[in-house]
Formats: sequence, structure tokens, C-alpha cells
Amino acid sequence: MTGHGWDASQTALPAWSLPKDAVDRIALPGDWPEQVTRQWAWGGSTGKGARVCILDSGVEAGHPMVGGLESAVVVSLGENDEVIALEDTEGDVSGHGTACAGIVRALAPECSISSVRVLGASFTGSGAVLLAGLRYAVEQGFDVINMSLSTTKKPFAAVLHELADSAYFRRAVLVASAHNMPVESYPWRFSSVISVGSHEDPDPLAFYANPSPPVEFFGRGVSVEVPWLGGRKLTVSGNSFATPHITAICALILAKHPELTPFQLKNVLYLTATNVGGGQ
Amino acid sequence: MTGKDDLTAAVAAGVVGSEEAFRALLGAIVEVARSIFGAKASSILLLDEETEELVFEAVVGEGEETLIGTRFPAGKGIAGWVLATRTPLVIEDVQQDPRFASDVAEGTGYVPKGLMAAPLLHEERALGVLSVLDRPEASLFSLQEMELLGLFSNQAAIAVDLLLKARKAEGILGGEGGDLRVVARIAAAVDALEDERRAAGMRLLRELADLLGA
Repeated sequence: MTGHGWDASQTALPAWSLPKDAVDRIALPGDWPEQVTRQWAWGGSTGKGARVCILDSGVEAGHPMVGGLESAVVVSLGENDEVIALEDTEGDVSGHGTACAGIVRALAPECSISSVRVLGASFTGSGAVLLAGLRYAVEQGFDVINMSLSTTKKPFAAVLHELADSAYFRRAVLVASAHNMPVESYPWRFSSVISVGSHEDPDPLAFYANPSPPVEFFGRGVSVEVPWLGGRKLTVSGNSFATPHITAICALILAKHPELTPFQLKNVLYLTATNVGGGQ
Repeated sequence: MTGKDDLTAAVAAGVVGSEEAFRALLGAIVEVARSIFGAKASSILLLDEETEELVFEAVVGEGEETLIGTRFPAGKGIAGWVLATRTPLVIEDVQQDPRFASDVAEGTGYVPKGLMAAPLLHEERALGVLSVLDRPEASLFSLQEMELLGLFSNQAAIAVDLLLKARKAEGILGGEGGDLRVVARIAAAVDALEDERRAAGMRLLRELADLLGA
């Protein structure tokens, strides 16, 4: 944080009410432009300084389209449901996390990428481990957490909601894939996250604000060339791949404007969306 | 579920032939899916939670003669991934994809070049996977197709849910020789009667219910 903005985590700042003499202390940055443009938002940014987490199937480090990773852990649950995060020596168990990381890397070449693996080789326990992985990622203080997956299990919804809110107030931005099927799934439906669906435009920086949520933004999600296991690449489609496009744009913005809160970041996304102010 | 609920479900769904009817419905769904997408094959895989395996329940096109009942581990292949993440996926040039468990594909005698797969989600459970293999190569994938795939998988999920309920009912009835199966047989027999005989049958059942204090 370069910090010309205020930081709500500092105890000197007012928390629950605002006394008259404290008003000056929460003055907003003076350089907020009259018009928020893409040039102001991320012009010149390479993502350097922003820390992105890919919460997924792991990431193949060293893939030419991914590069190095800041860290890679695999998350599991202990006997008493405690979160266990161990160094991930296996890499990517499916290829999906590598694809997401590659999309982020292509748009934000100098951001830091970490992998938190929540998918194993088997099917069971995916919901509980997803929660554990998200909790771990929020605690690590990542700037942006990419979640190209969801759970349909209702018992997890309340805890996920709390975690999403906690991330929001800790300035960890959750970018989550929306579901394109008529089912209830989480966490993309929560207003504290940035939810992403797909559009068909091949421009990776084209993204649209949706005036009728719960899906808030549409990113590139059709026929995307991505890295896959073993140094290979594939062409894929789905909201899973629209999400890291928005994650990367968030990383570009936060690298240039680290003072932004998730609330402000979502506003900047809105104002620079292709169908709002970013289409010029 | 209480014992009473189980019995109600058993009697309601456990009539002879329901398994075949629901299988036919699944078959019709994959047939329409293949036709609408102009694909070479389509299939429905069901999750067997006890063994953590995916089982071919309905297949049309390549493999339809041999695949029904074939099993493979649920953590394997594209279908396993779609199931775990509850996320639909479209992949072109699938032979490059390590998730496409090639031993499974080769075992079927058919290795596709492209694949669309969506989870079968019912309430909060993931029941299985609907796959559509090899759309026409010349056609570009569109979001409209993804939406269509979602609609089909929703329909398939409802059919699979009914099939699972029917199987559960069969299990409760204890198969051919089960004690409770006689209840379903009487219900089916009375239901098949007409006019006066049906009315007489119903009277008899009511008397029996009174006698048993039911």
C-alpha cells in the first residue's frame, strides 16, 4: 500500500461513529479524477505489486504461459476440522487452475500468483475443503482471490457468506464464477464478491457491467486459449475462464491504486466497463 | 427420512416398470441433446456415492451398444472434474486434455475431439454429468449452446432424481421377494381395476386399513 488513502484497520481511525474532530482523519484521496477512465484505472500497470490467489485445482508452475508462483499450498481438513495447508508438491491435478493462472498472467504479466489447491484427485469433501481453502486465502492477505468454482451445498452458504464479508472488510477481493444453470450455488451470489459471467467478444479486456445482477460483470469466456498440464495449451469456454479475466483487471487496477477498497474497486470496474465508460 | 415416509415413497414410486420408464426418459434426453447439437454422441453418467464411481446410465451414438453400466472412478476424467466443481465446461481438442482419462475413452472404443459437459444438479446434490461429444467441427461454440446444455442438464437431473427415488423404493421393497413388495403389488392391481371392481377393491382396502388401525 502506498497509502495516501485511509486505512480502516488503523485503530486511530474512528470505527463505529464519527466524532466531529475525526472528520479530517478520514479525508479521501485528493486525486480521484472527475472521470474515471481506463487510462487512469490501469494505464501503465503490469500488475506489479498485486498478489493474486488462484483457489482451484492447483497451478503448474513454470508453464511458459504461467511462469513462477509466489507460493503453492494444498488445503485439507484435519481430524477436528482444522485447516491444514501444506506445500503443494503435486502441482495441478486437473489443468483448470493452470488455465486460470495463464489468463491472469497474460493480462497482468508482473503480478504475483499463488496457488491454493482445494481439489484433490477424488470427488468427496470438495465443499468443506473449498471453505477451508477460502479461509486460508483470506488470512494470507491476498489482494485478489480467483474462485472459478462454486458449491451447491446449502449448509456451507452461511459460513461462505461470513467469509466473503470478512474478505470484503479485509480488502481481499473475491472474484467468483457465476453459474449459468438454474441452480442455487455459492459464493458468487453474495454482493460482497465480484461475480462474473461470460460474453462472446474475443477482446480479453472487454468486460460489461450487468444492470440486473446477481451476475455483476461479464468477461471473455468463449474460445479462450489457455495453458494446460504438461506445458500444453487448449481452447476452452465457460464462466470459469471469464472469471480470471476480471481477476486480472482487478490486479492491474490494485497494482496502480493499492488504496482502493473492494467497494471502490467495484465502482472503478463499473465506470470502466465496456458498456459504461470503458468503451471509448 | 422416517419409516413411514420411506413406505410412502416406496408405494408411490415403486411400481413395477418405473426403472425402465425413467431409463427411457434419460435415453430420450440424450437423444434430443445429440440431435439438437448435431453431435456424434451424448451420454448421462450417474454418481454412485457408495463406490465413488461414475456409471453410464444412458448413451446415444458411439458406444450405445456397450457402455451402459460401465463404471470408472469419479475423480477421473473431465466428467469427474465437472462433478466436483459443479461447473459446466466446453473443451475443444479434448485429446490434449489430461483430464480426459484416455484409458476410459479408449475402453469405449471412441476418443472424441470436442466435449461439452454439465453437472446434473438437483437441490444441493450433484447427481451426475451430461456430456455431448463432437459437435460439428466447423461450428463455433456459442453461449446459446451453453445455455441449452444447462437446460438439458436440468431436465436430466430431474429424471435422474426420479430414477434414484424409484431405485430407493425398490430397495425398501426388498426386491422380488420383499415383504413390503406385496403392498405395491396390491396398489398396482387395484389401480388397474375398472369401475365396480375398482370401487370394490378400494372398499376392501379401506376396511383393511380400519382393521389395522392405519
